Amino acid sequence: MARMSIAEALRQAIREEMRRDERVFCIGEDIGIEGGFGGAFTVTLGLSDEFGHERILDTPVSETAIAGVAIGAALAGMRPIADVQYGDFLFCMMDQLANQAAKLRYMSGGQVSVPLVMRAPVGATARGAQHAQSLEAFFCHIPGLKVVAPATAYDAKGLLKSAVRDDNPVIVFEHKLLYGSKGPRSERGALSPIGEVPEEEYLVPIGQGIVRREGKDVTIVAKLLMMYRALAAADILAEQGIEAEVIDPRTLVPLDKELILASVRKTGRLVIAEEDNLTGGWAAEIAAIVADEAFIWLDAPIKRVSAPDVPPPFAPLLEREYVPNEEKIVAAVLSLF
Amino acid sequence: MTQADTSLSPGTEAAELPDPERLLHMYRTMVLIRRHEERVNELYLQGKIPSTLHLYIGQEAVATGVCANLRPDDTVLSTHRPHGHALAKGMEPRKLIAELFARATGCCRAKGGSMHVGDVSVGMLPAIAIVGANVPIAAGVALAAKMQKTDRVAVCFFGDGAANEGAWHEGLNVAAIWDLPVIFVCENNLYAASTPVSLAFKIENIADRAAGYGMPGVVVDGNDVLAVYRASRQAIERARRGGGPTLIECKTYRLCGHSRSDPRTYRSREEEAEWQKRDPIPRFRQWLLAEQRFTAEQLDKVDQEVEETIEEAIAIASSSPEPQVAELYTGVFKDLS
Ligand SMILES: Cc1ncc(C[n+]2csc(CCOP(=O)(O)OP(=O)(O)O)c2C)c(N)n1
Ligand SMILES: [Mg+2]
Repeated sequence: MARMSIAEALRQAIREEMRRDERVFCIGEDIGIEGGFGGAFTVTLGLSDEFGHERILDTPVSETAIAGVAIGAALAGMRPIADVQYGDFLFCMMDQLANQAAKLRYMSGGQVSVPLVMRAPVGATARGAQHAQSLEAFFCHIPGLKVVAPATAYDAKGLLKSAVRDDNPVIVFEHKLLYGSKGPRSERGALSPIGEVPEEEYLVPIGQGIVRREGKDVTIVAKLLMMYRALAAADILAEQGIEAEVIDPRTLVPLDKELILASVRKTGRLVIAEEDNLTGGWAAEIAAIVADEAFIWLDAPIKRVSAPDVPPPFAPLLEREYVPNEEKIVAAVLSLF
Repeated sequence: MTQADTSLSPGTEAAELPDPERLLHMYRTMVLIRRHEERVNELYLQGKIPSTLHLYIGQEAVATGVCANLRPDDTVLSTHRPHGHALAKGMEPRKLIAELFARATGCCRAKGGSMHVGDVSVGMLPAIAIVGANVPIAAGVALAAKMQKTDRVAVCFFGDGAANEGAWHEGLNVAAIWDLPVIFVCENNLYAASTPVSLAFKIENIADRAAGYGMPGVVVDGNDVLAVYRASRQAIERARRGGGPTLIECKTYRLCGHSRSDPRTYRSREEEAEWQKRDPIPRFRQWLLAEQRFTAEQLDKVDQEVEETIEEAIAIASSSPEPQVAELYTGVFKDLS
């Protein structure tokens, strides 16, 4: 076992997949420039030394081109790993992702496929409304896209490798406060979990969630940064005699629905925590599934702990109110008893 | 100390030069921007300012030369690097600095932050941090001026990087076909984050793209405030008369990192030293002295006044209140509080 940050685990995954399969290449802004940053969060740092600038392909500031070129290359037999510096810029390439990548296979009657990986950092870090959004729900809503959201180094590496090998477009959401980027690209107030990663090759299959903590009284479903806040909430709840089960779905599409339903059948209570905005959000979808398929097992209403329906604010004080925390998760759980 | 280049604005006719009062105001604006940026950078590094900062050090002649031709009712659209544009358009330093400090008295009530500063009362729209997104919006502001039969103009500042966004091309084209009163000011500082223009363009001058849309394209020394003044004056007068848009490319250099603690390892210290010699502020100062427009004492007095203005603004900002938490939930829509 090696201990590493999520940024390092992602870098290892890319390195291994590029060594294994020469069709794999990276494309994005500032990812391979000599003396540069290795992308906004250092994930591709040093990779151009080994793979050269043809396979660590630096683009101009042109998001439509990044996505479009990646789609075209994928259609024609390559395996691109594209990235945006902040997830918010996915909106700049939305036509390519939503109308093209997601639909080409279906509308061609299965003639073509788009084995594309699109990496995007999400989460609020005091940069204001255009560098902070959690966009998972937008992409879960589009049939034809797979969506993963790894919260640990182990999952980051294993899921990214699976995404590269998947024959479909896969959006990988990564959280800025979890990367553990170092040096000038480190982030104030980051959580930066260090995790164990096996020396030997492994994959984390797309579509499998995981129970992060077992409990019998309430189920808390949470991903990315909120998974850590849910674990912190579970600690607080344990002191009050409530045993919370924390589920990290890891993949959002396709969702490991059975894991969540089984947990709810056991606990009878469900809280979903997310950094996404409330209305029409990801948590709403989880709540709908459970209401639909496990209603009779519920002893209490389902609670969502989401960011409010406002854009991410700049002031750190307002941002602390905006991003759900363990106190809000605890309060939501207590309201069910 | 390197010797400053005093060969300012060759070929300028005396009649084309600003009057003494305006010359002094331009000098003051450049020093104000420089001192502002130096001081907020210090405060940032001391941890007193949150988030990140994109500083304008080295590019002061561009915002100053352009805005010296604008009226309060003209509109400026800006970028992730907006402090210089805001100050040159007449925003009060205290409102700007309070925003960076995330105080309730900030120009955007601490909801915007460094990348979104603006004050519509002086014609500075809140800055837009999505690279290239301000270009079609500027065309829209100009369209309104035209529809309303005024002679107002819009000025859109952006970097070399923005010229490779799809939005940039769409914005320029509609401005051209509809003869809109907008001036596109490209601050070509040779890098988009770490990416040198040599990797992002096949052409020497970004202004050459103007021909493709049917508008004049002008290249100026962006470190020569009088050259910028003259070129933008022509373009602005043309736009006011209904002559349509102009693309002005100002060749310049940021004498600082891209953002926060950028070690600038993607460019050489020799290149930086070359540009340091062309620092627009000593250049202008020495021109003013050599031409006997002002005495050293007069200019030193301006420096001193700027120093006091900035320190006073910092003192006010740091003692101003933070926003109330309840502010998070207000202001999403105009009709609802
Ligand atoms: C659409 C979009 N893509 C990427 C970024 C990230 N980003 C911020 S500044 C920057 C470089 C912009 O370069 P340029 O336009 O030359 O402006 P400069 O920073 O040199 O002033 C990039 C890529 C962004 N803010 N928006
Ligand atoms: Mg630039």
